[in-house]
Amino acid sequence: MVTSRDDFSIAIRSAFLKKGTKQKFSLLALIIVSIILLSLEIINSKSLNFVRSVVKDVIYRTSFITSIPGNSIAPAITKIQNYFEVYEQYETVKSKLEQLENQQNRINYLKVENDKLKKVINVTDIYNYESITTKVLVDKKSPFLKSVILNKGFNSGLKKGMPVLDGHYFVGRITEVNYLSSRALLINDLNSKIPVLIEPMGYQAIMSGTGDKVALLEFLPKNHQLEIGNLVYTSGTDGIFFPGVPIGRVESIEKKFHVRFFSDLSQLYFANVITSKIIESEQ
Amino acid sequence: MILFRKNFVSRFFNLIPLLILFFLVCSETNFNFEKLSFLSFNLIYIVIFYWVLKNPDILGYGFIFLAGIINDVVIGLPIGVSSITYLVLAGFAAYVRYLTVEPSIIYDWIVFVPSVAVTNSVYFYILRIFFDIEVDYIVLALNAGSTILLYPIIGILFNFLSKIIIVQKNV
Repeated sequence: MVTSRDDFSIAIRSAFLKKGTKQKFSLLALIIVSIILLSLEIINSKSLNFVRSVVKDVIYRTSFITSIPGNSIAPAITKIQNYFEVYEQYETVKSKLEQLENQQNRINYLKVENDKLKKVINVTDIYNYESITTKVLVDKKSPFLKSVILNKGFNSGLKKGMPVLDGHYFVGRITEVNYLSSRALLINDLNSKIPVLIEPMGYQAIMSGTGDKVALLEFLPKNHQLEIGNLVYTSGTDGIFFPGVPIGRVESIEKKFHVRFFSDLSQLYFANVITSKIIESEQ
Repeated sequence: MILFRKNFVSRFFNLIPLLILFFLVCSETNFNFEKLSFLSFNLIYIVIFYWVLKNPDILGYGFIFLAGIINDVVIGLPIGVSSITYLVLAGFAAYVRYLTVEPSIIYDWIVFVPSVAVTNSVYFYILRIFFDIEVDYIVLALNAGSTILLYPIIGILFNFLSKIIIVQKNV
């Protein structure tokens, strides 16, 4: 290697300013363009947002198409594995079915009882809300950021901040809306902070994403008596999310309290986006 | 007809690194093993560093910039972050190319270490300082470590591809 100072500066100049035989742009020019694009990200104008929305829609659709070959291989492998585990699965399913039948009977009784009690205290049903079912278009599993792209955007009435559910379980919220697509930030993302309610104690806390399969419980009350297995719900204190949407169970990891989600966030195929506040039930 | 076929085959092999790069940024394909977090690696870094170092005409800076934009949109980062990081990495590779007299995979590997370290630092600081996006730097460091460890293996595979490209060009 050449070590003189002049050669170093020549090499730097050549690397960043020279275009090369087939290069159309120099590195420095493209870095400057990237910096300009980054600066534009801070500006929030209507026309810029429209351009961003169109670009993102096009890239999401392209990404969805290029992901088709890879996505079709994984189910095929799972199918083959399932064939080998059919009998084992049958036995497990059979015993689970028996358990579920017993549970269903209990639930039916509790439901009737719950309806009667609701009438007494005049409370609306938390599951009475309008929602839109969306398909997960792209789920690029970055080790740093946890989000999914949904196939519906503001043409379907989606707005920033709307809660996203997997079945009845809370999994995230809408953070970006384009015309035909939107992005949902999942609750395990490092940047996700959700006010939660822990039952049966009724403690309020903040659930922070860890980038992993669990979230950390922060700002718990002093001298709390949290137990493993306690249920965690949205508290709705921020005014954005509905109260009482189930999230997961309390778990203790390395002397800290975490929430193990009910929903497997790496296996999201469909998601319900809540578009309206709770519909008042008929009194 | 034969000439056309030869040209087509040669052009196809030339396009492979570019196709790999765009496939990696566009598709959901990821190399992030959830059960073993230390085994997540950034194949895009290896592709960019290797080809800018060995044959910059195959992987143009414009395409690297575009790949960065697509990656930002797909992952959900502010547009321009990945472009800057990829171009900084390409800058390192180009700088080393101008200084190197006798290239070898071991020497490239050694140079790849500071290149990835600086590139990841740029990525981390842009997200953390300018956009206040939290990034777990331990995961980022582990990812960088795995990427560095993997470089020679992928480098050897790319050496084969590079030889095929040269052979096809000279046919």
